[in-house]
Amino acid sequence: MEQKSNGLMGWVDARYPATKTWEKHLAKYYAPKNFNFWYFFGSLAFMVLVIQILSGVFLTMFYKPDTALAFQSVEMSIMRDVEWGWLIRYFHSTGASAFFIVVYLHMFRALIYGSYKKPRELIWIFGMLIFLALMAEGFMGYLLPWGQMSFWGAQVIINLVNAIPFVGEGLSTWVRGDFVIGDATLNRFFSLHVAAIPLILVGLIFAHIVALHEVGSNNPDGVEIKKNKDENGIPKDGIPFHPYYSVKDIVGVIVFLMFFSIVVFFMPEMFGYFLEHANFEPANPLKTPEHIAPVWYFTPYYSILRAVPSIAGSAFPGVIAMGAAIVVMFFLPWLDRNPVKSIRYRAGWYKILVAIFVVAFIVLGILGTLSVTDGRTLLAQICTAYYFGFFFLMPIYTKLEKNKPVPERVTTK
Amino acid sequence: MSADAVNNSKRRLLVAATSVVGAVGAGFVAVPFIKSWNPSAKALAAGAPVLADISKLEEGQMITVEWRGKPVYILKRTDENMKVLETDTDMLADVNSDSSKQPEYCKNTGRSYDKYTKTTVMEGVCTHLGCAPKYLPDINNPFSGSLGSDWKGGFFCPCHGSFYDLSGRVYKSMPAPTNLPIPPYKYESDTVILIGQDGSNA
Repeated sequence: MEQKSNGLMGWVDARYPATKTWEKHLAKYYAPKNFNFWYFFGSLAFMVLVIQILSGVFLTMFYKPDTALAFQSVEMSIMRDVEWGWLIRYFHSTGASAFFIVVYLHMFRALIYGSYKKPRELIWIFGMLIFLALMAEGFMGYLLPWGQMSFWGAQVIINLVNAIPFVGEGLSTWVRGDFVIGDATLNRFFSLHVAAIPLILVGLIFAHIVALHEVGSNNPDGVEIKKNKDENGIPKDGIPFHPYYSVKDIVGVIVFLMFFSIVVFFMPEMFGYFLEHANFEPANPLKTPEHIAPVWYFTPYYSILRAVPSIAGSAFPGVIAMGAAIVVMFFLPWLDRNPVKSIRYRAGWYKILVAIFVVAFIVLGILGTLSVTDGRTLLAQICTAYYFGFFFLMPIYTKLEKNKPVPERVTTK
Repeated sequence: MSADAVNNSKRRLLVAATSVVGAVGAGFVAVPFIKSWNPSAKALAAGAPVLADISKLEEGQMITVEWRGKPVYILKRTDENMKVLETDTDMLADVNSDSSKQPEYCKNTGRSYDKYTKTTVMEGVCTHLGCAPKYLPDINNPFSGSLGSDWKGGFFCPCHGSFYDLSGRVYKSMPAPTNLPIPPYKYESDTVILIGQDGSNA
């Protein structure tokens, strides 16, 4: 690309694609003009990532990854001795939950507007990999405060590996680095949490955005704006991301930060959902807390695990079901056979199926925080069946839909 | 050599050979990294056997000792308890402990040495997902749940609600698939148990 500008930017541009990158990804990246509320969550997820990295870097300066010191370094040093340490820690703990709230809403947006469909399958797959990495990051981070729930939550999850036939026991000892969760486990989780997985996450997010900017953003109408271009080759329904959406997203950021601050300053434990009460007690390998529940963002999958009974003396089927619940989402672009992207122009009954799916997912999430009773197990089994039915029967029922006519151009109120 | 006389098959062979050698090298280099996650020499040494003094253990009492970082329950049962173990067999998933983990000398109703049949030693590690089941000797307890009046005391796992009887045998249709594991152990004397070392059926 020939550079015409002079001065400092001309000098830089001759050596590095600064202006080119700025234009390709911001000033001349044309996004559909009909973005609605649901389109805030991508940029919000990016902002939460920044909050997590910034607060995480500072927490790492005061935290000690040693079973004898970890709990003290969090609850005494960071929370009480280090100036403003409590605020940095609450940024990080609230940020973890905020990350999942924002990402779940971001995924729901993709589901209702068909943002996973051709040509955006890879964006969806990168997104799912980000979701997996995020779950690993959350799980390992939760061990670090070395409280009762840190310990026993990790105990339950690592023992899932035990259920794998033949190799399970050796594999779980390898993951722990000991016969029990101990110093070796804490230290390696610390390393993975602060170095390995964040690097993977950043790489995946980079690929997610590169793929998005290659094909362009979807929109609430699910029509391709690149099909209608003006004489300059600019989509007629597109507006430059900067300044239009960069400014709009700032509004979203401010509203988000209002809610975020309310939680950080007034309810950082969020009634035991963001920081569980049992975690204010140091880890004790000889005493299981009365009631073990993972943090809220894992509870839907935990419910699926518990809903599947053990078969032939093995807890393996439950583990398989939990894994399958996540793996099946990778195949969404190929399970959904309806050519129409947006739910706006799909059958009315499909909207109901999606609504029930959301309800089932939330019910599974709530059940995962509660102890087991016969009635609750049955309810979890019904929701699990619906969860899998929604995905597995998709290739059949999405072909039966009577779609509404899809407009040529995007619509605005 | 002229530029247009490219020998494509030779190129492919060289690329393939380089890739294979590179992949093998990467595989070998991965070994130290993967092996570094195994229990260290220190962790292995910490897995040594431990002694437990049971001279003060009364009937109906249980003590917990730590072995390899796991809770090990030592429980002395009453005569009444022992009778229950004979009669609750219909409700158990693995009555004879066929698919459970224990030394051969403890594969019986009491899951204990014949000589010290009332005293049982078990790992307090639920076979479902590794929580520590609670010792609930009372017949009327708030956790008995679905078992109702069939509950005659035993163990209850607070994580996912598995019930075990006083021999650590799991009840039917519980999340836990098998009975509580029994570690290798032996009696040093009538009142001292060595956990972590096999004993003969003495």
